[in-house]
Amino acid sequence: MAYSKELIDHYEKPRNVGSLDKDSEKVGTGLVGAPACGDVMKLQIKVDDKGIIEDAKFKTFGCGSAIASSSLITEWVKGKNINEANQIKNTEIAKHLALPPVKIHCSVLAEDAIKAAVNDYKKKNRINE
Amino acid sequence: MKVSNNIYLDYQATTPLDPRVLEKMIPYFNDRFGNPHSRNHSYGWEAEEATEIAREHVAKIINASPKEIVFTSGATESNNLAIKGIADFYGDKKNHIITCVTEHKCVLESCRFLNENENFEVTYLPVRQDGLIDLDALQKSIKQNTLLISIMGVHNEIGVIQPLKEIGNLCRKNNIFFHTDCAQAIGKIKLDVDEMNIDAMSISGHKIYGPKGVGALYVRRKPRVRIKAMMSGGGQERGMRSGTLSPALCVGLGEACRICNDEMDEENKRLIYLKNRFYEGITSKCKDVYLNGSSEFRIPGNLNISFAYVEGESLMMGIKDLAVSSGSACTSASLEPSYVLRALGVEEELAHTSLRIGIGRFTTEKEIDKSVNDIVKEVNRLRSLSPLWEMAQEGIDISKIEWAEH
Ligand SMILES: Cc1ncc(COP(=O)(O)O)c(C=O)c1O
Repeated sequence: MAYSKELIDHYEKPRNVGSLDKDSEKVGTGLVGAPACGDVMKLQIKVDDKGIIEDAKFKTFGCGSAIASSSLITEWVKGKNINEANQIKNTEIAKHLALPPVKIHCSVLAEDAIKAAVNDYKKKNRINE
Repeated sequence: MKVSNNIYLDYQATTPLDPRVLEKMIPYFNDRFGNPHSRNHSYGWEAEEATEIAREHVAKIINASPKEIVFTSGATESNNLAIKGIADFYGDKKNHIITCVTEHKCVLESCRFLNENENFEVTYLPVRQDGLIDLDALQKSIKQNTLLISIMGVHNEIGVIQPLKEIGNLCRKNNIFFHTDCAQAIGKIKLDVDEMNIDAMSISGHKIYGPKGVGALYVRRKPRVRIKAMMSGGGQERGMRSGTLSPALCVGLGEACRICNDEMDEENKRLIYLKNRFYEGITSKCKDVYLNGSSEFRIPGNLNISFAYVEGESLMMGIKDLAVSSGSACTSASLEPSYVLRALGVEEELAHTSLRIGIGRFTTEKEIDKSVNDIVKEVNRLRSLSPLWEMAQEGIDISKIEWAEH
């Protein structure tokens, strides 16, 4: 199976690896997937007063496509308003990385991670939809 | 397309052809092209003589008589022929088969076929955590109508060695046929069909530095084991397997067996050294690494290792100079970790982190050292990316978290 250049680049040089202070009011954490299924993504976003994501970090246990998908979304969400970030669709991720059909679930998980992180931030800060 | 992997560590999938084997085969692709079943001229005699010498070599490595060796296309065919052939011949007298959950798919599927189509009852024995069957459990599963027990010699994924002699004893005492799939055992452990009371044994060429597309089935003559042929035809191979033999392939299998027989002790010493060097290299530099399957009853050429907190497929992608197999066999859409590791009771999350490393005749010390380096480097890199590793370092028990399984 040949992976796209883009995917391999994110796998080999993942962007924004790391962790933010999960207890901070400004940080939203999304932890999705399950070890028993072979992939777990942790995405954290740091949001400023205007609702803009000023920083994002990830850690992922999973195949190369899962790592690349989560690395990619950290780049995409940065600078976006939380509601805008919430609109990112798995199909865009899959397309950008040219994920093979058996790996589409990785992009779904990445979309879920964004939603979970935004949700966590909103809950912490009592923001309703 | 050029193959970019340059260190081959997948000797359980297949082995390269030994150049000595190839050399013996070549004439039978050229001027010695005769049909070994032609009785009227020297072309036929020459080809026949070559296949008979090959048969002797195959017989010798398992202490059988050449008359008890049937050439086939490989271990898949041999397993089918043994299990279905015995079942079809004796099925009206006894119709219960015992096998084991970790057997190769061709054994499991043959048994399933008999169960679904021919009124056979099949017991699938579980394995212990070390991958070996429990002899007491085997004994308890024997019934009045047990016809056949089929248990493999050496496991293709985890390299463990089953207690063939003890199983053979049990079979003989209970008047049950004993078939064993020894595709991965030939040339790795000493096999003796008499001492082990084996009635039928499957052999494959391409796991022992011989060619692909050839194998053999040993079928005991005293006391005689009868097998119903699967293919109709000219009645070659004592009526058990019709079709013109390929002298080149038979010669290849024979020569591969001869070399294994002559060199097994030396080769095993070398492989033990390389395996220890590999395993100690990894475990001295990485923690939370687990060996799957018995550490005592295993061949030196196989290591199935779980690297906790690192998913196997991503690890394979990172060690791109090494041709290994994912122990979790999770490359398909199914996302299911290997049925073998699950049968050992390896937790699913650990099963997802496994690699199968196969070392063999042409593996060098230098390759082992580079492999250890590459693997350690990549495991460390991926652990630094792994949220599970991070949690473990913080003392969080991952099994206590409520994960949303997808
Ligand atoms: C244990 C075992 N049995 C059977 C087979 C099938 O052998 P062959 O490829 O010769 O049909 C293999 C190889 O995949 C094996 O490892």
